Amino acid sequence: MSKPLLRLSGLEPFVLTADIPFVNVGERTNVTGSAKFRKLITNRDYATALDVARDQVENGAQIIDVNMDEGLIDSKQAMIDFLNLIAAEPDIARVPIMIDSSKWEVIEAGLKCVQGKPVVNSISLKEGEEAFIHHASLCLAYGAAVVVMAFDEAGQADTLQRKIEICERAYRVLTEKVGFPPEDIIFDPNVFAVATGIEEHNNYGVDFIEATRWIRQNLPHAHVSGGVSNLSFSFRGNEPVREAMHAVFLYHAIQAGMDMGIVNAGQLAVYDQIDADLRDACEDVVLNRTPDATENLLEIAERYRGAGGGKTREKDMSWREWPIDKRLEHALVNGITEFIDADTEEARQQAERPLHVIEGPLMAGMNVVGDLFGAGKMFLPQVVKSARVMKQAVAVLLPYMEEEKRQNGGDGREAAGKVLMATVKGDVHDIGKNIVGVVLACNNYEIIDLGVMVPPQKILEEARKHNVDIIGLSGLITPSLDEMVHLATELEKEGFDVPLLIGGATTSKVHTAVKIAPQYQCNQAIYVTDASRAVGVVSALLSDTQRDEYVAGIRSEYTEVTERHERAELAKQRLPLAAARANAMQIDWTDYTVQAPKFTGQKVIKDWDLAEIARYIDWTPFFQTWELKGVYPRILEHEKYGEAARNLFADAQAMLQRIIGETWFKPRAVVGFWPANRTGDDIQLFADDARTQPLDVLHTLRQQTSKRKDSPNLALADFVAPEGTPDYVGGFVVTAGPEEDTIAKKFEDAGDDYSAIMVKALADRFAEAMAEMLHQRVRRDYWGYAKDEAFTPDELIKEPYRGIRPAPGYPAQPDHTEKVTLFKMLDAEANTGIALTESMAMWPGASVSGLYIGHPDAYYFGVAKVERDQVEDYAARKGMEVAEAERWLAPILNYRSRPVASQVAAE
Amino acid sequence: MNSLSLPRSPSYDALIQAADERILILDGAMGTMIQTLNMTEEDFTANGHIHGPKCRHHSDHPQKGNNDLLVLTQPQAVEDLQLDFALAGADILETNTFSSTTIAQADYGLEDAVHDLNVAGAQVARRAADRATAQDGKPRWVAGAVGPTNRTASISPDVNDPGYRAVTFDDLRAAYGQQIDGLIAGGSDLILIETIFDTLNAKAAIFAALESFAKVGRQLPIMISGTITDASGRTLSGQTPTAFWHSVRHARPFTVGLNCALGADAMRPHLAELAGVADTRICAYPNAGLPNAFGQYDETPEQTAKLVEVFAREGLINVAGGCCGTTPDHIRAIAEHVAPYAPRQIKETADV
Repeated sequence: MSKPLLRLSGLEPFVLTADIPFVNVGERTNVTGSAKFRKLITNRDYATALDVARDQVENGAQIIDVNMDEGLIDSKQAMIDFLNLIAAEPDIARVPIMIDSSKWEVIEAGLKCVQGKPVVNSISLKEGEEAFIHHASLCLAYGAAVVVMAFDEAGQADTLQRKIEICERAYRVLTEKVGFPPEDIIFDPNVFAVATGIEEHNNYGVDFIEATRWIRQNLPHAHVSGGVSNLSFSFRGNEPVREAMHAVFLYHAIQAGMDMGIVNAGQLAVYDQIDADLRDACEDVVLNRTPDATENLLEIAERYRGAGGGKTREKDMSWREWPIDKRLEHALVNGITEFIDADTEEARQQAERPLHVIEGPLMAGMNVVGDLFGAGKMFLPQVVKSARVMKQAVAVLLPYMEEEKRQNGGDGREAAGKVLMATVKGDVHDIGKNIVGVVLACNNYEIIDLGVMVPPQKILEEARKHNVDIIGLSGLITPSLDEMVHLATELEKEGFDVPLLIGGATTSKVHTAVKIAPQYQCNQAIYVTDASRAVGVVSALLSDTQRDEYVAGIRSEYTEVTERHERAELAKQRLPLAAARANAMQIDWTDYTVQAPKFTGQKVIKDWDLAEIARYIDWTPFFQTWELKGVYPRILEHEKYGEAARNLFADAQAMLQRIIGETWFKPRAVVGFWPANRTGDDIQLFADDARTQPLDVLHTLRQQTSKRKDSPNLALADFVAPEGTPDYVGGFVVTAGPEEDTIAKKFEDAGDDYSAIMVKALADRFAEAMAEMLHQRVRRDYWGYAKDEAFTPDELIKEPYRGIRPAPGYPAQPDHTEKVTLFKMLDAEANTGIALTESMAMWPGASVSGLYIGHPDAYYFGVAKVERDQVEDYAARKGMEVAEAERWLAPILNYRSRPVASQVAAE
Repeated sequence: MNSLSLPRSPSYDALIQAADERILILDGAMGTMIQTLNMTEEDFTANGHIHGPKCRHHSDHPQKGNNDLLVLTQPQAVEDLQLDFALAGADILETNTFSSTTIAQADYGLEDAVHDLNVAGAQVARRAADRATAQDGKPRWVAGAVGPTNRTASISPDVNDPGYRAVTFDDLRAAYGQQIDGLIAGGSDLILIETIFDTLNAKAAIFAALESFAKVGRQLPIMISGTITDASGRTLSGQTPTAFWHSVRHARPFTVGLNCALGADAMRPHLAELAGVADTRICAYPNAGLPNAFGQYDETPEQTAKLVEVFAREGLINVAGGCCGTTPDHIRAIAEHVAPYAPRQIKETADV
């Protein structure tokens, strides 16, 4: 028998070995957990939804959770569609899938779509043993591991005794009656909120941890997972305390054997670095060590409330009294830059040579970071912060080291090798490059950093002048990728023979393998994921014994990557713009007439009644703001966080009454209508009904995805009648007003972060509700094409009505700059006080804008990725430089912008 | 459905015992052997008389090339080929049913004949096995061959529509279920799910096999054999050998392994990977090299056998045989070359 380890697979295998202390499951492709993902799925923008999945995998998720449990979509079909699409993306499909649903039929549909071995999340004894056995047997026959919730006929297990009883029973049923492999069982013994003030809740943390320990000791080979954020719901609004509670809880739960979970690793304190008082208080609560633990934590929590992660630590300044080495270590581990300059300078004055500060206390501090990271007490985002502190410290030392070098006529130490680093021409981003530089310098490599926006000739000159061993290129924006290809070509031409390292946010292994490496055959281009890998890569490349084997390995890997990429590309071809236009939506306009609006031009709406607006609030997104996943009102009865949701809702209602009663907000809005006709992919607005006086043009983008049979390649313009048929288009801007900022500030000053966030969240809801309400008024009155419409505010949430109100910057028209036209047409800034920032965001934040399109066939869609031919055409139509259009559309470009417009448009 | 706790079929334990003692030999290629018989359309249809046990089957399609049909129209020819393989040293004979599913037979308009094809396919192989045993006294097992069909459940055939599927898990499960029911009814000792290029197809076949076992109240040994199609070292659907093993391990198969596509030489590293991770027996039956420009296989029996011998010498295999291009002479040579070696020990795998 092989060792009974959890063995899963996507295109590649995953084995949960003893080396992996904790598996963090990617949760962003979960509609109940991610508002962004839910929106993408609801809008059927699968292309962008796949990008979300891809990002998770690229960022290191070992398993991705896919959940489509959302009332407004066909969860089963969405699960099938999304999993089938993932199967066509090798860079996503390489990891195992966690098929997550509360509905068995959705789970089973998912099981029929994955060739790898997935995890089912979840099954339980909730509906009795018979159903449990049935589901488990099917999971076995489909070849899946399972998450088993500690839930039985009597309900969810809350006490240790119940958790043990249910898990033991489930384990026995699974292993004895079903023949389920025990290593494929993952128990979720339910994380509940502690410190709620209710005495029965005090032991929930201990119960989970002890249940975990018991399971790992008594149920051989089984695993334990859980959702950690539930634990701290009673401290909502007090993130420093929540983070500390999570860190303390995970620390003990992982020690007890919890080996998998859905955790936001970016929001975790470092266990060892939490203020001793706070950590003790959290530990008292989580471990239920003293009867007054909750009281104590509540008391201490007030000190942290409103502090925010960084500030918390500033409160306790006792570390400033420590010796210099310890202070540097503390700053590195906690990512504190505030004192690092002074501390480094102090260390330098005490040291014999500036280099000794790096090799001494700074490296010692980084070693502590490395150890904590290895022990699971720090997570990657925290390590990145540490690197930032390190960089700042090295920056302090550099001038002194340069000076010393100048005086000695050499640098006085033997470098392990020379690495030239540069951010390529046209790009100004250098944080990543600098981190790599720091890490390499710390490992005794000599770094020649040419800075940012370095032209290729300069790179070649400097490389030759310094006789460097390696060249490293960095870039963050998309045009940098082409610069790198260009530089590789130049290196080849000039006969360079040194490895070329590629890094930075937009770079990738695929791009390096497919586009860069083939241009540079003299040596090898190598993609470096992050700073932590850089040392290994550089040392292998400079080692006489490892180099050849390492490069050969990279070559064969890149060949494989290239082949896989080409296969995947075949499946992803976009249509040329002409073909997409030929497949535009064909609305039959011959007999179409639409009512003329009551007025054309703009109209300012002032008669807002806060109480009436409140009736139009869609509460589901409000709960999402607070990271409570679920649909209102069902969320109030949610098995896990119903109670938290009810408390939050009660607080929201209380503040809502004050908002209305004391008139906190002064909403304003402007709405306008114009005679309009489609011209090509654009919408021409006119000043007069005769359509002789053209106003501005609204530009729209067209989908270029290859479509299945009958679906059209949409652009918003398709929903507007062409010349010859009178049609109209409207626009609006609403805001709950700038008052929210002042009010929130007042709360903040009073140390009440919770209320500060609450008022902003409610202001957002008011703005959205205003948009919904105004749209109804437009349909029934101002435009009046649906005078008899009688939907209640609740019914409106599902958008059952005729017409749409797409917003610039959202999937149907992803170009934010269209807001400029809209604002101009509405004279929005003068009429409402809303201004556009240089990045086209609306200020104040609680504002919503959009167009009104009235045709009954109009619906929301996502443009998804577009090709160069459309961007060029679009830029010409907008009178914008192509490069500028590419900049605004960067997230949806399906190509890498190049200096020469040669590609695509292969009609 | 809980088929993995059903009692084992009568021949299961004898098979395991034999496999513990020596490397078992699987037969060679039926398809390429049948081609050598140069049969005509009339031969394939028995002059239009395609009979099952109860009824006559009709089709408007030409049947030349529908090799599986021969178990109904030329059963003696098929039986004789299988007898040749058995006498050459094969312990396990594959039924001539690679394409006997409604999905694959749709190309020939013979969906209705699928049950008869599988029952007859198993019976023909059973007769060949029994004749061989009568001659030399050695036990023989019949492996009901389940092919991949000509459709993929996890790849879209339409490059413009990557979410589309020409066949679903449920389509495959129904088709495979019907095939496996027939193979068991005809007397198969094992079920051999082979030439897997899309693991999701194979998972549907496993699911169907477990359902069929539940119907008859006993479980048969399952052999699972994937195909690595190119130098990428992955299945057509993109899985590495280890990922493939994780995907099918729940079938608790009698063997897992590789067949077809590559010759033995190119198969070796992938087989070694599988042998390194799989906690069950390993089976390999490569082609007689790669086909030449005319689609023929050039490796001599001695050449193929020497390459397969390497598998045995390195302790990689428990069952060996041949795929496309292998003749009874190839099987005889393979049997002789691997005979001196002990079968691979199923041991704890490498990952701690």
